[in-house]
Amino acid sequence: MLVNGARLVGDISGALWWPERRTLVMADLHLEKGSAYASAGTALLPPYDTRTTLGRIEALFRRYEPKTAICLGDSFHDGKAGSRMPDDDRQRLKRLIAATEWIWIAGNHDPAPPRGLEARTTGELHLGPLRFRHVPEGRDPGEIAGHLHPKAAVRVRGRRLVHRCFVTDGIRLVMPAFGAYAGGLCVLDEAFGSLFRRNFHAWMLGERQVLPVQAARLEPI
Amino acid sequence: MECLDAASAGASVLLIAPTGGGKTLAGFLPSILELSRRAPGKARKTALHTLYISPLKALAVDVARNLHQPVAEMGLAIGVETRTGDTPAARRARQRTAPPDMLLTTPEQLALLLAYRDAGRLFASLKAVVVDEIHALVGSKRGDLLALGLARLAVLAPQARRVGLSATVAFPDDLARYLSPTSPARIIVGRAGAPPAITILDSSARLPWSGHSARYAYPEIYRAIQQSRIALLFVNTRSQAEMVFQELWRINEDNLPIALHHGSLAVEQRRKVEAAMTKGKLRAVVCTSTLDLGVDWGDVDLVIQIGAPKGVARLLQRIGRANHRLDESSRALLVPANRFEVLECRAALQTIAEDLLDGEPPRVGGLDVLAQHILGVACAGPFAAERLYDEVRATLPYRGLTRDDFDRVLDYVATGGYALRRYERYRRLRQTPEKLWRIAHPGVARQYRLNVGTIVESPMLKVKYRRGRVLGEVEESFLEQLVPGDTFVFAGEVLRFEGIRDVFAEVSPSDDTEPKIPAYGGGKFPLSTFLAEGVRRLLAKPEEYGRLPPQVAEWLRIQRWRSVLPRADQLLIETFPRGGKQYMVAYPFEGRLAHQTLGMLLTRRLDRAGFRPLGFVASEYALAIWSLREATGMDALFAEDMLGDDLDAWLAETPLLKRTFRNVAVIAGLIERRHPGEEKSGRQVTFSSDLIYDVLREHQPDHVLLKATWADAATGLLDIRRVGDMLKRVKGHILHRRLDRVSPLAVPVMLEIGREPIHGEADDTLLAEAADRLIDEATRLV
Repeated sequence: MLVNGARLVGDISGALWWPERRTLVMADLHLEKGSAYASAGTALLPPYDTRTTLGRIEALFRRYEPKTAICLGDSFHDGKAGSRMPDDDRQRLKRLIAATEWIWIAGNHDPAPPRGLEARTTGELHLGPLRFRHVPEGRDPGEIAGHLHPKAAVRVRGRRLVHRCFVTDGIRLVMPAFGAYAGGLCVLDEAFGSLFRRNFHAWMLGERQVLPVQAARLEPI
Repeated sequence: MECLDAASAGASVLLIAPTGGGKTLAGFLPSILELSRRAPGKARKTALHTLYISPLKALAVDVARNLHQPVAEMGLAIGVETRTGDTPAARRARQRTAPPDMLLTTPEQLALLLAYRDAGRLFASLKAVVVDEIHALVGSKRGDLLALGLARLAVLAPQARRVGLSATVAFPDDLARYLSPTSPARIIVGRAGAPPAITILDSSARLPWSGHSARYAYPEIYRAIQQSRIALLFVNTRSQAEMVFQELWRINEDNLPIALHHGSLAVEQRRKVEAAMTKGKLRAVVCTSTLDLGVDWGDVDLVIQIGAPKGVARLLQRIGRANHRLDESSRALLVPANRFEVLECRAALQTIAEDLLDGEPPRVGGLDVLAQHILGVACAGPFAAERLYDEVRATLPYRGLTRDDFDRVLDYVATGGYALRRYERYRRLRQTPEKLWRIAHPGVARQYRLNVGTIVESPMLKVKYRRGRVLGEVEESFLEQLVPGDTFVFAGEVLRFEGIRDVFAEVSPSDDTEPKIPAYGGGKFPLSTFLAEGVRRLLAKPEEYGRLPPQVAEWLRIQRWRSVLPRADQLLIETFPRGGKQYMVAYPFEGRLAHQTLGMLLTRRLDRAGFRPLGFVASEYALAIWSLREATGMDALFAEDMLGDDLDAWLAETPLLKRTFRNVAVIAGLIERRHPGEEKSGRQVTFSSDLIYDVLREHQPDHVLLKATWADAATGLLDIRRVGDMLKRVKGHILHRRLDRVSPLAVPVMLEIGREPIHGEADDTLLAEAADRLIDEATRLV
């Protein structure tokens, strides 16, 4: 993927790898979403989402050995997520933060990181041609954002395939949610229409590969 | 009369008689006699005397009506009431404090009644339990639930005798034991009616090789309708019903009143059709299994089965819908949709002539149902694990239940199992100092009442006109496959799909003549093992081909000349090249589900052995797999160890088990059907059950609900049991023929390629087709 001149690699996990800067980007981790729903008593999700998400980040760290890790906001599901997180998970996250230059981008769910899990925190980050922020604004080129949890659907030989995806038109990029329980919004939704040029691509996360599909081929979800 | 003798002796009986034998009334007669002998007196305290349980709400209501009449005519003061999900809450509450003499209800309502603290008082007076259409209940999870409920009744009302009413079945002894486990019921077989007069449509039109529409026969079917008073046309799926209905109206020159009836239609619509039928206002009704059971719907004199019967017992039940008089033959016409179905119909006739019946032996009780029951028992009052275990094990479905499994189910009900222990909401039971189990708080009982039952509907959405009436319901999974603008046939009309709004699928009328036929499932019965064997036997007897329609006999003769026809104990496998690919066609005759599972497993094996398989397609009778290299070594390929590692590896990946798990999770109370005051949408249920499934697989693979899921899949969706039996049967009996081109027997399944979804292809392969490789250049231009 080429975004505003930067060559990026979409990982099958939904993370973004920027080889030139050895930087790993993850959007919308929503840690402790499971426990948030459980304590609210509304939905019913098993309490292992944080563990699963951390395990995936650890695997990425082993694979890419990043210098910098950026979490693009909504990393924690709510303000109390830190206090609900079991101790062993907390220690694992601390180790990850210590292993790299870790950057929290503030999101609407988590304006500040929980106590004990602090790292550099900012609303927006400029690195070379790229600008990292949580909510896409659609103004500056080189914008890398999350927040929308994009998903795309395509029909091939009668089978309909629906997957999470990266969305990019070469100018800006919206990342899929990384978290275990994050839902999704169709890339054909108006929310994307105002951000991208008409001929954008959805880089769909398949089983083993990330594959680009033209907007014209996509179907509404 | 025999029934009365047994009753006066307080013995339990199982009354087996064909439909129309008046057996329901026979079941009630002893109770009516007893109640009529009661000393008259106004101050009598009301007490429940007879409990009647039916698989259908409608049947309970109908039987109540049929009882009111004679009771009123004889001037008897006997209270008869129904209790179903439709009964107003006030009346239901009153029925517990001041019960009628006779209460007519369903298995779910029985479970609810048993879970009240006053259950003991309510049932203490009970003298008789009548279970209607018992054969329709035993083979299902509802049957498990009822068995457990009956075991409870045996403790609360040991004096009550039992009466089971059943159609003719293959395993009467098991039914008797199911009805009354401690002292098996006496079996009374009613007088057999005149044998049915069944014919297979001998069409002059060309018989299709494949397909399920039976389109070729519509003119002849229409003629049969013209010549009868009321005809019932049974088909196997709802989409077939829609299609047949459409096509018949297209040629309905006399404007005969022909109606449609299936489970997806709005209830009011169905009731309207039923009422019209009872009044004799209709000439024909196209229907699915919704009209298989129970209630009499009028003066039906002809039953037409379109498509293969799939099982003899079901066929007889359907044929019994015609002419409810014992002395006259029921008339039936079988209309096979393709050549293999001709063989199946023939095999069915042969079986009926030999007076044999198919039918699955009784099932092993589901652990999910047991979990629901345990919670229900706890709602009624504290219990001791040992006593409950003994009680449960006395039932037929759970006679083989180990103490270990029971304890694990109990632990699940009490805590959720260790993977879910962290959740407060799963702590539903706690132990008293006396080591009795009781519910943790009153909310548990409320939740139980809202979630009782074993029927888990697939998520459905209502179909409605944009600003208009609701037409019925369709599976959400089907609608998700549609894009606005797609057309489909539903409720007898061609509709244009406009989109999903809230809980409705909005549609508008369409002039399309070539609609996208609904693929919504519902009532896809697998070919019965018994009938499959009949088809294999028939194939192996060339001397009997003369009795088949000439086109079919010719087809088989050419097959014998070009390839071979297998003996009844052999599995024929043909391999041949075609269009640059290598085809392998096997003929196990084990039904589509088993063939699909077999196809998945075989493609894995072929892949590992380097044959480069590309895809497969499964029909009821055969399986075709194509690959780049010709497959060899059939004995090794079809070896029984296929069900070991290959199966495990596949199951780890397939989403099919998740669907099964969803049902299990709902029944076992892990996921709630609905919260008080709010209905949970199917999508939400699927969402969270998938996640829990993944978590349990990863963190507690031996969780009791995964075990239950596996047991369900083995007999249901994946039919692993049947694949296993087949592999065992064909060991050393594989007949492999290498051909230079396709054989006549292979044509039907080869024609399915392109019509049926192709399996075995990974998402990524398909996705790669949609992806464009030029993306890098395209973005570089920016």
